[in-house]
Amino acid sequence: MENRPLEYDYTVAKMFMFSTIILGIVGMLVGVILAFQLAFPGLNLMLGEGLAEYTAFGRLRPLHTDAVIFGFTLSGIFATWYYVGQRVLKVSMAESGFLMFIGKLHFWLYLVGVAAVVVSLLLGITTSKEYAEFEWPIDIAIVIVWVLWGLGIFGLIGIRREQSLYISIWYYIATFLGVAMLYVFNNMEIPTYFASGGIGAWYHSVSMYSGTNDALVQWWYGHNAVAFVFTVPIVAMIYYFLPKESGQAVYSYKLSLLSFWGLMFVYLWAGGHHLLFSTVPDWLQTMGSVFSIVLILPSWGSAINMLLTMKGEWQQVASSPLIKFMILASTFYMFSTLEGPIQAIKSVNALAHFTDWIVGHVHDGVLGWVGFMIMASLFHMAPRVFKREIYSKSLMTTQFWIQTLGVVLYFTSMWIAGITQGMMWRAHDEFGNLAYSFIDTVTVLHPYYTIRAVGGLLYLVGFFMFAYNIYKTMSARRIEENELQTASPMAA
Amino acid sequence: MFHWLEKRPFFFAVAVFVTIAFAGLIEILPNFAQASRPTIGTAPYSTLELAGRHVYIKNSCNACHSQLIRPFKAETDRYGHYSLSGEYAYDRPFLWGSKRTGPDLMRVGNYRTTDWHENHMWDPAGVVPGSIMPAYKWTFTNIADVDTAYAEQITIKNAFNVPYNKPIPMKDGSTTTVALADSLSGAHASALEEAKVVAADMKNQNVKDAVANGQIPEIVALIAYMNSLK
Ligand code: HEC
Repeated sequence: MENRPLEYDYTVAKMFMFSTIILGIVGMLVGVILAFQLAFPGLNLMLGEGLAEYTAFGRLRPLHTDAVIFGFTLSGIFATWYYVGQRVLKVSMAESGFLMFIGKLHFWLYLVGVAAVVVSLLLGITTSKEYAEFEWPIDIAIVIVWVLWGLGIFGLIGIRREQSLYISIWYYIATFLGVAMLYVFNNMEIPTYFASGGIGAWYHSVSMYSGTNDALVQWWYGHNAVAFVFTVPIVAMIYYFLPKESGQAVYSYKLSLLSFWGLMFVYLWAGGHHLLFSTVPDWLQTMGSVFSIVLILPSWGSAINMLLTMKGEWQQVASSPLIKFMILASTFYMFSTLEGPIQAIKSVNALAHFTDWIVGHVHDGVLGWVGFMIMASLFHMAPRVFKREIYSKSLMTTQFWIQTLGVVLYFTSMWIAGITQGMMWRAHDEFGNLAYSFIDTVTVLHPYYTIRAVGGLLYLVGFFMFAYNIYKTMSARRIEENELQTASPMAA
Repeated sequence: MFHWLEKRPFFFAVAVFVTIAFAGLIEILPNFAQASRPTIGTAPYSTLELAGRHVYIKNSCNACHSQLIRPFKAETDRYGHYSLSGEYAYDRPFLWGSKRTGPDLMRVGNYRTTDWHENHMWDPAGVVPGSIMPAYKWTFTNIADVDTAYAEQITIKNAFNVPYNKPIPMKDGSTTTVALADSLSGAHASALEEAKVVAADMKNQNVKDAVANGQIPEIVALIAYMNSLK
């Protein structure tokens, strides 16, 4: 074996870093627009009556969720995979022309898929199932993209030099398998054009499941899409990037084992908590509730493992904004994995379901945990990928505080909004009549909707600062690979 | 064992897959046959209603409206009888929603009328001051896609035995049938007949003219669908 260190090839990682940033901007911008529309409905007409159909809340909402889940987050997962994979398996993409080709194809097909999604959602071509809105032609494209990624993963593993798979690799493998299984089963649908002998829209399809069954499969998917896109791969990131950036070894190997297998086993059972008090069988609802509580254990296992990794090195949190991002990310992870199970308790759910509290919960997870962790990962990767120091540490620090404030405004306002609305829906007056008409429970939310929109806007502003910082890093002072053992170099 | 697995990616992947697939099998499969049986009085959608349902989906009304009444007094007071599994037997996809920015619509056909919907969809805040629901003026000019609705009906009739043209038991002991035309032009004709009934209660002149000329604006289909929600 040669003596000099491996030259890793980051071509594909860079491509996905680029799409992470662009799609992050798209997804969050649409989110901010939606938030303002709820506070100021006139904005449904922001581009005039003529385009109202394409700017109304309903049309844009799936675009927001899908751009954040499958655009920003998936890109971040792919970008980090093409970086982390090579480094922990001790093999370079440059060693295999085949894997290089697959990697690039993966990126370009992914981009085509994204473009198709954006156009079709704006046109209102949707199956209506949350986070599975795509019609069958796009589903097929997505499966192909996914298989390409799988080839990339297992191809790289096949030619690895390091025999033991590092913890992050476990999580990437689980992401690949989990999403594949869920996606395929939830999207079972029959194209009506072909089944009817050529009538109607060629892209339209009808679900293989109906009613309650459809709901069951959908939330088994919906809940676990959260698991396998917003949790599992993000844990993969923190297990790699936090020890690297801080120069600390992972606190406990046993704890990581326990949390990994615990998470795999428990998560899939918890989907029923989306269907409490619905028409799915009671035992499933109870399982959903109970397993959601159990889920605290493996979730907190990983989070505590990460926090304890910083043991004795807490001064780094004060001195490095990059470490700040990661520590706050795992804190938000603990926070939302406690909040979720609370909302899954039946009596709490009776109040919280269908309200903005749920929206708040999603966002402290996604903004606080997923967003922070992906941005931190990209910040750590940038100096290594571009061989330059990070353009500005102070910009990073400012971004951190602006976004943290944004997240706090977001979830506090949504807590109040959700609980207020839930209480008003159920209130009866002394004669046993409903105390409020529905519209009372809408207008009362206006201030909270406004605060939420401002919180979202702050986060978006922070994201632009992030994008600018990464962009400027590409032309910052050059550095040598050997300067990059642990903490990332940053200019003031 | 875990150390062994960590060096063997193939077995590792198999172990992960089994661990995660297990829950799905146990949770989903046993329930399937049970939940798909229709309740008495539940009929499949007519061509026009289905076209309206597609308009509902196209505009993601389900992003703000649920169609699931939970068994609490506050909900049954507000929306009517709580939901039963069999009432959804012909809903593909289900439209329970996950967020009630607006009220539940599962039984909106019981307490709102065609003319109310017409005014409300044109200008929600004009009808309900303070409403944050967007106006849906374009549904008054866009033409509904009857072809695709018909294609879907044929598909579900063939693939899932949805009982079109068959007697369906009603709550009062009688039966009813939902007709499915045997040709596309027949489907258009029957959808238009239904559309005329809806348009008769509307006042928008463009919509009335369109229907008189044999065209069905999206709003007409959408209202037919909402009227069917009971
Ligand atoms: C931004 C969220 C939003 C979207 C999207 C939305 N609505 Fe609404 N909807 C509301 C709100 C809020 C109300 C309550 C105030 C009112 O009646 O206007 C409401 C009320 C209604 C009502 C009256 C129900 C009742 O019991 O009084 C109907 C019917 C309705 N919407 C239908 C629709 C349809 C059909 C669509 C899709 C074309 C749609 N809505 C899209 C928010 C929304």
